[in-house]
Amino acid sequence: MDMHLSSNNGPAVEPDAAQPDAIAPEGAALRIPGPAKERLVVVGNGMAGMKTVEELLAKAPGRFEITVFGAEPHPNYNRIMLSPVLAGEKSFDQIVLNSREWYDANGIALLTGEAVEGIDREAKTVVSQSGRVVPYDRLLIATGSMPFIIPVPGSTLPGVVGFRDLADVDAMLAAAAKGGRAVVIGGGLLGLEAANGLRVKGMDVTVIHLMPTLMERQLDPSAGMLLQRELERRGIAVLTGADTAEIVGDEQVRAVRLKDGRELPADIVVMAVGIRPNMALGRAAGLECGRGIRVDDRMRTSDPSIFAVGECVEHRGLTYGLVAPLFEMAKVLAHDLAGGEDGAYTGSVTSTKLKVTGVDVFSAGDFSGGEGTEEILFRDASRGVYKRLVLKDNRLLGAVLYGDTRDGAWYVSLLKDGADVSAERDTMIFGQGFGGADGGDPNAAVAALPDSAEICGCNGVCKGTIVKAITEKGLTSLDEVKAHTKASASCGGCSGTVEALLAATLGDGFKAAPTVKPMCKCTHHSHDAVRASIVERGLKTMAEVFQAMDWTTADGCASCRPALNYYLLCAWPGEYKDDYQSRYINERAHANIQKDGTYSVVPRMWGGLTSASELRAIADVVDKFAIPTVKVTGGQRIDLFGVKKEDLPAVWADLNAAGMVSGHAYAKGLRTVKTCVGSEWCRFGTQDSTGLGVKLERMTWGTWTPHKVKLAVSGCPRNCAEATIKDLGVVCIDSGYELHVGGNGGLHVRACDLLVRVATEEEVLEYTGAFMQLYREEARYLERTAPWVERVGLDHIKAALVGDAERRRALNARFLFSQSFSQDDPWAERAAQGVDRHEFKLLADVG
Amino acid sequence: MDSIIMETAAPETAISEIAWTHVGSIDDIPVLGSRVVRTAQGDIALFRTAADEIFALEDSCPHKNGPLSQGIVHGRRVTCPLHGWVIELATGEAVAPDEGRTGHVPVRVEGRGVSLALGEAKLSRGGCRKACGHV
Repeated sequence: MDMHLSSNNGPAVEPDAAQPDAIAPEGAALRIPGPAKERLVVVGNGMAGMKTVEELLAKAPGRFEITVFGAEPHPNYNRIMLSPVLAGEKSFDQIVLNSREWYDANGIALLTGEAVEGIDREAKTVVSQSGRVVPYDRLLIATGSMPFIIPVPGSTLPGVVGFRDLADVDAMLAAAAKGGRAVVIGGGLLGLEAANGLRVKGMDVTVIHLMPTLMERQLDPSAGMLLQRELERRGIAVLTGADTAEIVGDEQVRAVRLKDGRELPADIVVMAVGIRPNMALGRAAGLECGRGIRVDDRMRTSDPSIFAVGECVEHRGLTYGLVAPLFEMAKVLAHDLAGGEDGAYTGSVTSTKLKVTGVDVFSAGDFSGGEGTEEILFRDASRGVYKRLVLKDNRLLGAVLYGDTRDGAWYVSLLKDGADVSAERDTMIFGQGFGGADGGDPNAAVAALPDSAEICGCNGVCKGTIVKAITEKGLTSLDEVKAHTKASASCGGCSGTVEALLAATLGDGFKAAPTVKPMCKCTHHSHDAVRASIVERGLKTMAEVFQAMDWTTADGCASCRPALNYYLLCAWPGEYKDDYQSRYINERAHANIQKDGTYSVVPRMWGGLTSASELRAIADVVDKFAIPTVKVTGGQRIDLFGVKKEDLPAVWADLNAAGMVSGHAYAKGLRTVKTCVGSEWCRFGTQDSTGLGVKLERMTWGTWTPHKVKLAVSGCPRNCAEATIKDLGVVCIDSGYELHVGGNGGLHVRACDLLVRVATEEEVLEYTGAFMQLYREEARYLERTAPWVERVGLDHIKAALVGDAERRRALNARFLFSQSFSQDDPWAERAAQGVDRHEFKLLADVG
Repeated sequence: MDSIIMETAAPETAISEIAWTHVGSIDDIPVLGSRVVRTAQGDIALFRTAADEIFALEDSCPHKNGPLSQGIVHGRRVTCPLHGWVIELATGEAVAPDEGRTGHVPVRVEGRGVSLALGEAKLSRGGCRKACGHV
């Protein structure tokens, strides 16, 4: 290959003229002229094309000189995980499949951000956007598909996006960041995932769907209705039977108008009505095309040197838009390119899962019913479970599952085998594990699967492959199975089945292992076991814990050390010396690190109160240190962003001088006490909520807890301080105070549970101290109160605090004792007393 | 220990040819901690392990350029404060499953004094010119 091709690819494959003895990083082979290899050019850096390359490298490494063109400016990523990226559950980096280093290490020339514009079949070359001409011996077209944009007026307005690539996700995230309204056109798989993501990101979302029920291609009407109800419960508006007439706007989309005249205001419109195979390149080159580029069972196009895989192809009259068939095509083609003889792709049985966290929907096969078919139905309305199996001649034709999708893999294997199901037909609707001594045991269900049963539909991994890897390689965890077999490495929908398979395969060996997770890789002990040992065996330093509990590392890791530091601090107040190097950077620097390495500073404003002199001092600090951004926080305080680390002590000194202390906005500890104005000013206020908030904050500030803690006090049940989504919220009522616990805003909103009603402020303070201490002593590190309350149950907390007055008083006393050691302003210690001075100074400046 | 050379020079490069820049004392760097040296090539993070070994890396995670100097040091590794990538102090390599590397700089400790061979570092490529024996 020409050298100029590699040069785009970073220095790894380019000899360094200035340093002739330069050694290329490991694995990056220098291009040494040798016997000419066949040249394989891949157009399309997506999942189908790169799966083919991966399979080919595994089967016949080094056989081809490979060049990959990608129109997007990224390395190859897991497109089906864009939904979790949109919903904020994963970052882009977490869905990258192959990094640029991987391409380097395999000697593949990767050209990103460069679309291929034409194929010269005579000369056997492709020409790219920038005019680059690259010759090929074999050409693979894997250009995927494009979102279908319905041709209504306004469909090209800025603000109308598809849901196909990272650029679309970025556009949606940018819109969501501004809030406002989103309209999603299309109630299929992609549309609903987009709608859920935008809703999670805080937008008002309406889904417009032409058909009477959602996902009608994958779900029957009953399951579609259940799904619609669940989405509506999550605050997504759904309009079915709604036909789009026009997208309204001048320079930017403003609304969507329906044919019945309704107009829906919109700041962004997501078009997710379907995909269209992207076959322009193939068609322009004169390849035979139908709905996609036509290929035979060996993935050859009408030109024997040119192949195509993925969403851009038409195979036996069908096109595919799901990952599993794409991967099957890739495997067949790789086999063929590697010199294999008898590979053939014969079409796929597809199954579908919706990737919306907490919504279990599954379907497979043909469930449209019709002549000669029979149905088995199961409904449990109160549990929200619906299952429907469609049979013909005692063979399974299709399955739709809603609410309980555990048996999806089993039904798919029955479908694929076309097996006679007369024997299990009486009970098959209950799932595979039903009946006999194994009743309901999910491990028994996977144990009963044949080795050929496909567990991971995305990557086409069968049970036999996984079991073999578990036994031969001694795998014991989901992560290991993922790493060795790729099962559950794509959409993750089968991870429960893989775990059950681990349990079934390892048998007692697996069960003998603790079912609780170890704290981290340094130990096999769980958080709870380590904590119990610290107290029972009187372990008082981290080194003692490492020794007594057989740590496998000399000084722990970034995961266990902060946890141990907290557990020791909580167990031995006043005795244990805080281990500075086991703190996360925010707690070490007493400020919040930002993405650019600068910090943000939040002074405490007791109960949200401030004064002219405090505000003046903040303004002076902002001017003096040229602080770029000042923002009011959700916790009723003022956040100063973009402070250089070396300026922190001086900034704190000035704030201290005006009487302000650290707001601990960075701490796994008490953050804020949000209040409303209460009876002092408000005509509805029943009690002095602001004053009570200040008292609570004075009592609880400076404490270290398993995770951050936010309190609030509302002066009446109108609840302006949003107290019922806080870790502990007080709602004032005429007769006294309601205490609510275990609430949380954020990604998974959880409203508080009512703990107790009390009559006096003294009782509020005692309950608060006791609740804080119970949380401090019982929750695992990095466990917020919401999951903790859910894990141990409200009854457990009520029993400790409400049912046992003596225990409540003892807990509160322990809290106050521990507070006597923790209420020193960390800013003053650093600004005035020079604590940790090295943290804020360069070691040297030799620049 | 009087004199330790943390990372030995490869035989083909004589130590005398290398220009060492003194940056401070080992005692200035907290155990299991880090300090930053500002250089013309950017910030360099110096790390001190529990065994008093000193390593120097570009103060920038291969992932999103997080300041590694602000991370938690454990064993001969540091965990980036931004997204939790783990980086080998000796080589700058990201620990699997993450992939990437950050530049590292040869370090010499003589007595308590710490010096860097800044001229030998090729930061943006993650390699160094063999002065440390690592390629």
